[in-house]
Amino acid sequence: MFKSRFFHKVEKFNGTFTQLEEKSRRWEKLYRQRWAHDKVVRTTHGVNCTGSCSWNVYVKQGIITWEHQATDYPSCGANIPGYEPRGCPRGASFSWYEYSPVRIKYPYIRGRLWKLWTEAKKQFDNPVDAWASIVEDPAKEKEYKSVRGHGGMIRVHRQEALELISASLIYTIKKYGPDRIAGFTPIPAMSMMSFSAGARFIALLGGEELSFYDWYADLPPASPQVWGEQTDVPESADWYNSSYIIMWGSNIPLTRTPDAHFMTEVRYKGSKIVAVSPDYAENVKFADDWLAPEPGTDSAVAQGMTYVILNEFYQKRHEQQFINYSKQYTDLPFIIELVKSKANDGHLTSGHYVRITDLKGAGEKNGEWKTIVYDQKQHNFVVPNGTVGQKYDPSQKWNIELKDEAGHDIDPAMSVLDQDAPTEEVVVDFPAFSNEGNSVVARHLPVRKITYADGSEHYVTTAYDLLLAQYGIKRHDNDDLAAKDENDASSAFTPAWQEQYTGVKAKLVTQIAREFAQNALDTGGKCMVIMGGGVNHWYNADMNYRTIINLLMLCGCVGVQGGGWAHYVGQEKLRPQEGWANITFANDWVKGGARQQQGTTWYYFATDQWRYEEMDNQKQYSPVYGSSHQYLHNADYVQMAIRLGWLPSYPQFNRSSLSFVKDYGTKDIKEISAKVVDELKKGTLQFAAEDPDAKINQPKNFFLWRSNLFASSGKGAEYFMKHLLGAENGLLAKPNARLKPEDMIWHDEETTGKLDLVVDMDFRMVSTAMYSDVVLPAATWYEKEDLSSTDMHPFIHPFNKAISPMWESKSDWQQFKLLAKTFSEMAKKYLPEKVYDLKTRPLGHGTPGEIGQVGGEIRDWKKGEVEPIPGKTMPSLSLVERDYHHLYDRFIALGPNMVNNYGYEVQDAYDELKDSLGTFDEGYDAGLPKLDEDVNVCEAILHMSTASNGRLCDRAWKKKETVTGEKLEDIGRGHADDWMTFQKITAQPQEAYPTPIGTSAKHGGDRYSPFSLNVERKIPWVTLTGRQQYYVDHEIFLDFGEGLATFKPSLPPQVLAPQDVDVQPADKEVTLRYMTPHGKWNIHTMYYDNLEMLTLFRGGPTVWMSPQDAAKIDVKDNDWIELYNRNGVVTARAVVSHRMPEGSLYMYHAQDNEIYEPLSTITGNRGGSHNAPTQIHVKPTHMVGGYGQLCYGWNYYGPTGNQRDLYANVRKLKKVTWSED
Amino acid sequence: MKIKAQIEMVLNLDKCIGCHTCSVTCKNTWTNRPGAEYMWFNNVETKPGVGYPKRWEDEDQYHGGWKLNSKGKLTLRAGGKLNKVALGKIFYNNDMPEMDDYYEPWTYDYKTLFGPERKHQPVALPKSQITGEDMELKTGPNWDDDLAGSTEYVEQDPNIQKIESDIKKNFEQAFMMYLPRLCEHCLNAPCVASCPSGAMYKRDEDGIVLVDQERCRGWRFCMTGCPYKKVYFNWKTHKAEKCTFCYPRIEEGQPTVCAETCVGRIRYIGALLYDADRVEEAASTPDETKLYEAQRELFLDPNDPEIVKQALADGISEEMIAAAQKSPIYRMAVKDQIAFPLHPEYRTMPMVWYIPPLSPVMSYFEGRDSIKNPEMIFPGIDQMRVPVEYLANLLTGGNVPVIKKALYKLAMMRLYMRAKTSGKDFDTSKLERVGLTEQTATSLYRLLAIAKYEDRF
Repeated sequence: MFKSRFFHKVEKFNGTFTQLEEKSRRWEKLYRQRWAHDKVVRTTHGVNCTGSCSWNVYVKQGIITWEHQATDYPSCGANIPGYEPRGCPRGASFSWYEYSPVRIKYPYIRGRLWKLWTEAKKQFDNPVDAWASIVEDPAKEKEYKSVRGHGGMIRVHRQEALELISASLIYTIKKYGPDRIAGFTPIPAMSMMSFSAGARFIALLGGEELSFYDWYADLPPASPQVWGEQTDVPESADWYNSSYIIMWGSNIPLTRTPDAHFMTEVRYKGSKIVAVSPDYAENVKFADDWLAPEPGTDSAVAQGMTYVILNEFYQKRHEQQFINYSKQYTDLPFIIELVKSKANDGHLTSGHYVRITDLKGAGEKNGEWKTIVYDQKQHNFVVPNGTVGQKYDPSQKWNIELKDEAGHDIDPAMSVLDQDAPTEEVVVDFPAFSNEGNSVVARHLPVRKITYADGSEHYVTTAYDLLLAQYGIKRHDNDDLAAKDENDASSAFTPAWQEQYTGVKAKLVTQIAREFAQNALDTGGKCMVIMGGGVNHWYNADMNYRTIINLLMLCGCVGVQGGGWAHYVGQEKLRPQEGWANITFANDWVKGGARQQQGTTWYYFATDQWRYEEMDNQKQYSPVYGSSHQYLHNADYVQMAIRLGWLPSYPQFNRSSLSFVKDYGTKDIKEISAKVVDELKKGTLQFAAEDPDAKINQPKNFFLWRSNLFASSGKGAEYFMKHLLGAENGLLAKPNARLKPEDMIWHDEETTGKLDLVVDMDFRMVSTAMYSDVVLPAATWYEKEDLSSTDMHPFIHPFNKAISPMWESKSDWQQFKLLAKTFSEMAKKYLPEKVYDLKTRPLGHGTPGEIGQVGGEIRDWKKGEVEPIPGKTMPSLSLVERDYHHLYDRFIALGPNMVNNYGYEVQDAYDELKDSLGTFDEGYDAGLPKLDEDVNVCEAILHMSTASNGRLCDRAWKKKETVTGEKLEDIGRGHADDWMTFQKITAQPQEAYPTPIGTSAKHGGDRYSPFSLNVERKIPWVTLTGRQQYYVDHEIFLDFGEGLATFKPSLPPQVLAPQDVDVQPADKEVTLRYMTPHGKWNIHTMYYDNLEMLTLFRGGPTVWMSPQDAAKIDVKDNDWIELYNRNGVVTARAVVSHRMPEGSLYMYHAQDNEIYEPLSTITGNRGGSHNAPTQIHVKPTHMVGGYGQLCYGWNYYGPTGNQRDLYANVRKLKKVTWSED
Repeated sequence: MKIKAQIEMVLNLDKCIGCHTCSVTCKNTWTNRPGAEYMWFNNVETKPGVGYPKRWEDEDQYHGGWKLNSKGKLTLRAGGKLNKVALGKIFYNNDMPEMDDYYEPWTYDYKTLFGPERKHQPVALPKSQITGEDMELKTGPNWDDDLAGSTEYVEQDPNIQKIESDIKKNFEQAFMMYLPRLCEHCLNAPCVASCPSGAMYKRDEDGIVLVDQERCRGWRFCMTGCPYKKVYFNWKTHKAEKCTFCYPRIEEGQPTVCAETCVGRIRYIGALLYDADRVEEAASTPDETKLYEAQRELFLDPNDPEIVKQALADGISEEMIAAAQKSPIYRMAVKDQIAFPLHPEYRTMPMVWYIPPLSPVMSYFEGRDSIKNPEMIFPGIDQMRVPVEYLANLLTGGNVPVIKKALYKLAMMRLYMRAKTSGKDFDTSKLERVGLTEQTATSLYRLLAIAKYEDRF
């Protein structure tokens, strides 16, 4: 029957304005059906963003539909906001990749190489010979290398690809040695087991695994310099314990999206927020005060603040709280010797710390490593507990109780004026640096004269006196060399002085300094500086950092909950560390068999950036100190660091590392060492790095996984393109023959295309895959199991398979496992002999190498200043048996040596793994726990680490108690019976147990706070003095004027060097600072190609600039521009905004050049990525080794790949073209 | 009185970090399908800026929302149903935003990256998702993010144009804030009133406004009627679509996707009771600056026994009443009056409210002698980077004093907490002056700062 829908009865209300209708709402099931799903799987993303966010992935009929954040983190307690939800728009867009057209579905090989290979295989039965016939023929080699990156990849069967890779590996091993094989993958914490996959394979081969944290310039070298720690930082919830937060070069909402809420929320608790940023950045929105210094001048701002704190809170108010902290936890009371100033006759300058051997002569154990203070109780100089000398003296308990070695209580004097001894006043010179040239700052300093054991007399002072003098703090009325007050612009390091460099008003700097110190006094040190890439990616980043850290130490904030530094650059915190490290470096089979190469120096030589140096060290040197070990070229410092055992260097020698046993006819390492030393002295054997362009010294095979190196982190990308890959490039620079290193071999002819084979594993076609020779399809983060952790939160949580790996993709562990299998089988046939690998190794952090080279003075065996002694004055040497036939067997089982690597009992844990993972029944691996499946490796990592196995955690603390004599086991006690399993962390993220690997004494619901272990439990810092150090007395530091922290400007502007390519002039062009801070729509290049992220901003490469600069070159918003310097060219669109300061441009980090990037009119080639205009500069102070906290550790200490001190010319892109064909 | 229940959201703009996670999770859950490419049920705008679609707040152009006619009677700005049918305007609607006002959705020719060898490194170029043709990118849904292109876009912001004093676009005085937007699920929804097909309705049980996908005939007058431009046209299905307030989740006791995935933790969801009989009257308040207060007064105290009795009588479920009683929304919108509706002058009685950004406001810092003069905070508010007038244009129809009052309250809460956490004295009469007590200041602090999942939803 007809029923009109217009005339049925309705209820009206709201006058007659609204009516209630009764209609069918069955259609509403439409959206309910869209929402319906079959399962939800907990997993995450592996992307080095520090987020480590737990996500729920929704699956419907076998299809991944979307992802939302998990919200079930364990609580932070009733009075701190929780961690839920963690995640950002980038992570939320990941599912787009699953079925996207950039997905790599099958194995690919460069078409031209494949053709050469199939032809060669017809000619040669032995595939190794076939490979040789290609790479030993320059024409063939060039044929496939020169087209890298230009497309033309063809699909192959996996086994065919594995055969080609294995043939190439065997060829390299036989011809050059295994150390010509390198692997790079970044930041394990973001997917630690996938990292291990390739690293374990390369470790078993004997290739080198390149470091990443220093290469990225994410490592803050200041941290090892001041604290002897790689990096240790508070979890973000600890921000909520702070009442004064300065965000300094760290754009929290952008780069720490899931953590930002702790900052926005703590404002309501009354915390003051200050932003230091050159642009009106997203975080400035939240700041009560904004300081906008000229980029790169941050240390000057910090020095202005330091002046105020020293002058008002120390000198005038004598705040006891600060002084007590300084006495116990810093090197301020330590005694320093003064030496003649190079700048002025009659003036002195600071030299080395005084050691007990200086006063008493030899005799005391490690006496030359024991620094001293003046004790006001005993009225004498004493060695306080905790120095590095005591660390390696088994008769001592290593702690920083205020006691001397005999157990007497001590009260260190801050100043020589408190030493009940006659003092004098001398004039000391300090270095000062600026764009106008280096200068000398003369100050008065109280000193006293003491007599050494050898009868010589010396002026000494304390680090505190020295610091006050540096800042010109007036200690008596008639000091005419001191600053008048904070407004004295003529006196270096005052607030008024800094204004002329930074542009920040002196008044504001003074105000912030006062507030900061006062807040620390009021709250017991709850002032925090959240710092990051904005101040860390500079050449002189350690000066930025040390001046800022000085503020925190002066106010007693380090080691306090809610206080101290909070450095977040890179996802560096891998919590379940011991299990992971043993598996990754195959220490379960051979301890110390892996080559751990310093990334920056490897790239510096391999990409030939060393040949293009324009900066000599003149302007970097201190005018007041000069050692006899200075070099103008930084490559010479690297050479010195290599030969003195400070830095590793692989490839090692200009000879195969497998040749020594064969050639010398012995397996006795002592005999071999003697011959090697002899050959090195004679010069018949050289380090490969001395001649990195010689064919024999070049890296040949390169493995990349979890990385888009060539765009994302290839600083000096065009140098990579030209020299490492031999591909088309946009390099405008020419080598600088005017500045050649003294200790290296220079070839006038250029070397291009060093790598024979680049193998990449990825799930998306980006530039690294495009420039590789073999590409293997990787499983995505939603298709595999793995583990994730970060410094930002304390949890360990998993990756899980929402679906099985699609198409022919596999997890990294499975890919490398299959490669290992093919390689081992081929090795049995084509590499039948047993091989012995002579391995060099630098003096290592955490080993007696820390007390390797006495006194902070260089003794160079090459100059005859000392004998070359392996492990002491040069790298150590060891012999590793490489069992290539069983490489696969070793890869898939947890080796029996695991139990020997802990220093305490772990046999029971290892045996439990046999039960839980199962063992192999027969063969080489019989009875060993299985590592053949991904989840097994995760379980083994968790079970063999103190952060995730409470029983081991308990034993580790007890072990540490015996070393330090301090009560510690209560910290881990609550977890002694807990252990994590993969299933447990899948059910809910689990909080890592507090272990002695970190420096937090957190327990009972505390948030993770670094160095609280040192402060609360009196554990020494791993430094020379055992304290936090304001002063570093190594010769190289004094040469560079960095004994005390001080402002050093960014490197001098240079766009093109005289010998470089002539660029045709444009009508209008402007030179701007070129900076690459992290962006909003990508994490490195990840998500940059994602349609959702591209849609949410401008869909392609962009460069931000100020309206003033844009007007100078007639550029309007969204116009195409071209920017270049000697390193390369970028084409991009302009984003014009008044939030940018004049004079600087931002090209946000990691804009890969495969999306919507036109050709350059300058080169005629494709515009480069954001890394095209970059170039690295290695800094000599980062290379120092064998000296206390200055000691190499992989990713721990080493030159950073800093890339911020750069300028570029910008012009309108007149003609926008895409391609020639 | 006729009591109805409404699900409402409050967004604390002071905490918004502008990350757009809400937009992405919403899009992936609801609109990543053909026909819906350009739809962002939820989007985030940088203010000052033009927004999405461009200049959506320019009702002189788009004619969205309601106005009072010469008799003071509430009427759709674009004309009522009769007007449309009788005058034949149903076939002619020139108030629509065009494709470029939203943006033409695009993708890339990604397959080129797998293609044959070329002279230069291949790149993926943009292609229209509508036509498949090459595209030159000139606009997008968030083109002026973070003051991008501020030289062009800031002065096109209608809210800026309403401010008489000169807003300086210079580096030193730069300011910005973020405005996440979704359908307002209005009490006086103009989209419902505009629909010639009767396809749009406001759900009786929770106030969620929906487009019936079976009844919709694609006339698109809802798009014109909505002054927030939050109804979209699916060019594949030829139906209107809009934010559903995630009713399939709300029905199961879960918060909306945008709220749950908000990593700034700025969103709160709760139920409110209101007097549905007075909506027209409130929306007809002549003075635009009084509309916010008129709307607020529609909300009923869910703890008042009389109200509860009446609500039960009007068919409101016990569950809904209990939800209203523990709603964080009532606290923020009605009791503390720190949350405000978006553009109340559109007379739509919107149900997504915003706490204005407070920061930066601590223009002074107490020295060693504790807080010297807390009144100093008030000049601080007047000198805020974000001009108070700008906030008033967005949130209160130009009513500046109510915005200031809210900011004073938040700032005083912050000062009180600073004193409390650093162990200092605080003159509590200062709290009273802004309508707080120690107890309410503390509980407000907890609601805004600690803001646990259970407190937000």
